[in-house]
Amino acid sequence: MSAFPIIRIITKLLIPYILLFAFYVQFHGDYGPGGGFQAGVIFASALILYGLVFGLEAIQRVAPPIVIEKCMALGVLVYAGTGILTMALGGRFLDYNVLEHHVLPQWHIPSGQHLGIFLVEMGVGITVTAVMTMIFYAFAGRKQTQ
Amino acid sequence: MTFESIAGLYNYWVVIFLMMTGFYIVLARKNLIKSVIGLNIFQTSVFLLYITMGKVEHGTAPIVPPAIAEQQSHASHGVGENAHAAIEHADEAHEVVHEVAHEVALTVADHGGELAHASTEIIYSNPLPSVLMLTAIVVGIATTALALALVVRIREDYGTVDEELILELDRGE
Amino acid sequence: MIDAIFAHLPILLIVLPLMAAPCCVLVGNGRAAYLLALVVSFAAFACSVAMLGETLQHHVVRYELGNWSPPYGIEYRVDIFSGFVMAFVSGIGAIVLVYAPLSVRDEIPASKHYLFYATYLLCMTGLLGMCVTGDLFNVFVFLEISSLSSYALISLGRTRRAPLAAFQYLILGSIGATFILIGIGLLYQMTGTLNMADIAARVPHEHGPRTVLVAFAFLTVGLCVKMAVFPLHTWLPNAYTYAPSVVTCFIAATATKVSVYAFVRLIFGIITPGFAFDVLPLDTELMLFSLVGIFIASIAAIYQNNVKRLLAYSSVAQIGYMLLGISMATPTGLSAGIVHMFNHALIKGGLFMVAGCFALRLGSVQLSDWKGAGRTMPLTAIAWAIGGLALIGVPMTAGFISKWLLLTSAFETGRWPIAVLMLVSSLLAVVYVWKVVETLFFSEPSEAAAGATEAPLRMLIPTYLLIGATLLFGVWTPYSAGIARQAAIVLLGGTP
Repeated sequence: MSAFPIIRIITKLLIPYILLFAFYVQFHGDYGPGGGFQAGVIFASALILYGLVFGLEAIQRVAPPIVIEKCMALGVLVYAGTGILTMALGGRFLDYNVLEHHVLPQWHIPSGQHLGIFLVEMGVGITVTAVMTMIFYAFAGRKQTQ
Repeated sequence: MTFESIAGLYNYWVVIFLMMTGFYIVLARKNLIKSVIGLNIFQTSVFLLYITMGKVEHGTAPIVPPAIAEQQSHASHGVGENAHAAIEHADEAHEVVHEVAHEVALTVADHGGELAHASTEIIYSNPLPSVLMLTAIVVGIATTALALALVVRIREDYGTVDEELILELDRGE
Repeated sequence: MIDAIFAHLPILLIVLPLMAAPCCVLVGNGRAAYLLALVVSFAAFACSVAMLGETLQHHVVRYELGNWSPPYGIEYRVDIFSGFVMAFVSGIGAIVLVYAPLSVRDEIPASKHYLFYATYLLCMTGLLGMCVTGDLFNVFVFLEISSLSSYALISLGRTRRAPLAAFQYLILGSIGATFILIGIGLLYQMTGTLNMADIAARVPHEHGPRTVLVAFAFLTVGLCVKMAVFPLHTWLPNAYTYAPSVVTCFIAATATKVSVYAFVRLIFGIITPGFAFDVLPLDTELMLFSLVGIFIASIAAIYQNNVKRLLAYSSVAQIGYMLLGISMATPTGLSAGIVHMFNHALIKGGLFMVAGCFALRLGSVQLSDWKGAGRTMPLTAIAWAIGGLALIGVPMTAGFISKWLLLTSAFETGRWPIAVLMLVSSLLAVVYVWKVVETLFFSEPSEAAAGATEAPLRMLIPTYLLIGATLLFGVWTPYSAGIARQAAIVLLGGTP
């Protein structure tokens, strides 16, 4: 589809804003509707749009499948790792209150709940982005059999 | 049953209609892709069922207005923050989450007095069903992706997505 | 340190395999992933045994996730029954992994090994999670985790029918899961809570609104699909037949049992047995379906030429025995059902392992290719014979214990026709077990069988571990029937 200049240019114009919006939804998830899942899908949609317009090879240079695969795992580990961290600090699994003043006291992080949710959301965001992109790769990468 | 009681339950009629449509497609269609689509419609009807039960009449989104949150965090730092964080995260895609949303219900109940004191009555919709559905939607996406992946492999091996043709091919072996 | 670990046991059980799965993907190497999976599954087994010990002492172990108190937060709640189910699910999961590597190398392309072990761990997470959680929606989430990963595992089979079998299972399984979701939604609508104990306290029973009835119906049908109760079993034979041997061993031994667990939890933990069995005629219906299922599935098993399919049909029949015990709702009947979950998991796990050994050496699970294999692979064939005896329910084997308890319970409640039917159905089991034994020992060896060598020790040892356990638990029952009885008494509202 990269033969059509209008599509190419519009895509290039749009992608930064899609990515920015994804980050907005990700980080504003602490203050309003949003969060890792939605942000992840939006972020992945930018990657997929790029892949649709410029071809699979181009997008796989930006986000190699092997990296995406590891990111899939990494996000889950960030999520579960937050839980393990709270357990190590003496609370229950995912008890964000124990993060209150243990972590980075000089940074004036508002509350443990805030930090906990932030970490968990980050894990979710990474995994969802990776999974959505991976689904796209898996389907787009199949060779035509007939 | 009067007309009002039937029409007043219109949301449930929509749910039932979608549910039966989807269920019929899943069972009756022999095309594998179409049965995946039917499955999706079937699941969507359940999402609607949940969301419609979470709606409270005249209820607003369960996010504490900033002004009240400010007051609260001054009044009672710890608990206020809990509610704050919990409410803001009522819509995320994890099983852990619906506990958070439960907490919203708890905090709203506990601090109902305070809130009412701070502002004129705010009615919140129940966020829990929406949260549950976000999880269910994720599950639905995973199911669909997996189902389509399987269909791709079936099509590569058999050269068709028609269930009857496939069964015929298997019998011919 | 030990105390800290003990305090977190219920969550560790879930988090260990859940975190190990992405680690397998990060490692990206089949062998390393295997070692990790092996270590973690044994750790999970140790955790669940420790937990079973705790529940035997304190009856209930609770864990509040994120320190939110129930019913607002998710509560993990383990009693004797869930401890028992978890212990054998994780135990069999670990033993199957010991057995796995050679069979996996033979049947699954090497590039997918690490993904296979990751998916296996996820499936285990889901199954254990269903047992550990006290929150109804959590049950659905874990059910879907285990189901989705089992669809993926089944589709890894060698033939082109494997993806089709997985697809058919996915469609039926998703319908079942969506039914469960509808049921949970309606219960939530009636009670405003998702905590099982809390629902049980709030749900209006007799003369209650019809919504509760509908919710219960949806949950029952949904779980029956997952349990593969007779008319809803159609996904099971294909799925078990075309899945890789290791996957069949694990799923056949655990997945349906955990669904039975959820069903028992539903009847005895949420909807009281008084409501389900006295107000509603569920006991007669269950009995009818299980008896019809036992007979039809056993007869179908007799006519199969594919051994894995034969065992699959036999699994459908055995689910009937479990439900038969549960439907009697007496301490003896219920404990018969529960102990049969355990015994059948051992027996079926062991028999599918034997089938996997033959598949590795003979390259086929068609009965005609197994002819005379008993002469070249005697140890494997003897394992089949012992497992088959246990399946029939011959004295001194685990199968006998569960059937004996079932018979006792049938006589206690004055349902002697059921006792007679059960004995007749055992004869059907004799026929299909004997059919294989005859082929193994008394036929002229086929070409493949004549040249075959004994299965490798790495596969024989875990096979004999399970087969030996069926003998052990046939004569020594305090930790099988004993615990099952305590669990049954607790479920029926007494104190052990």
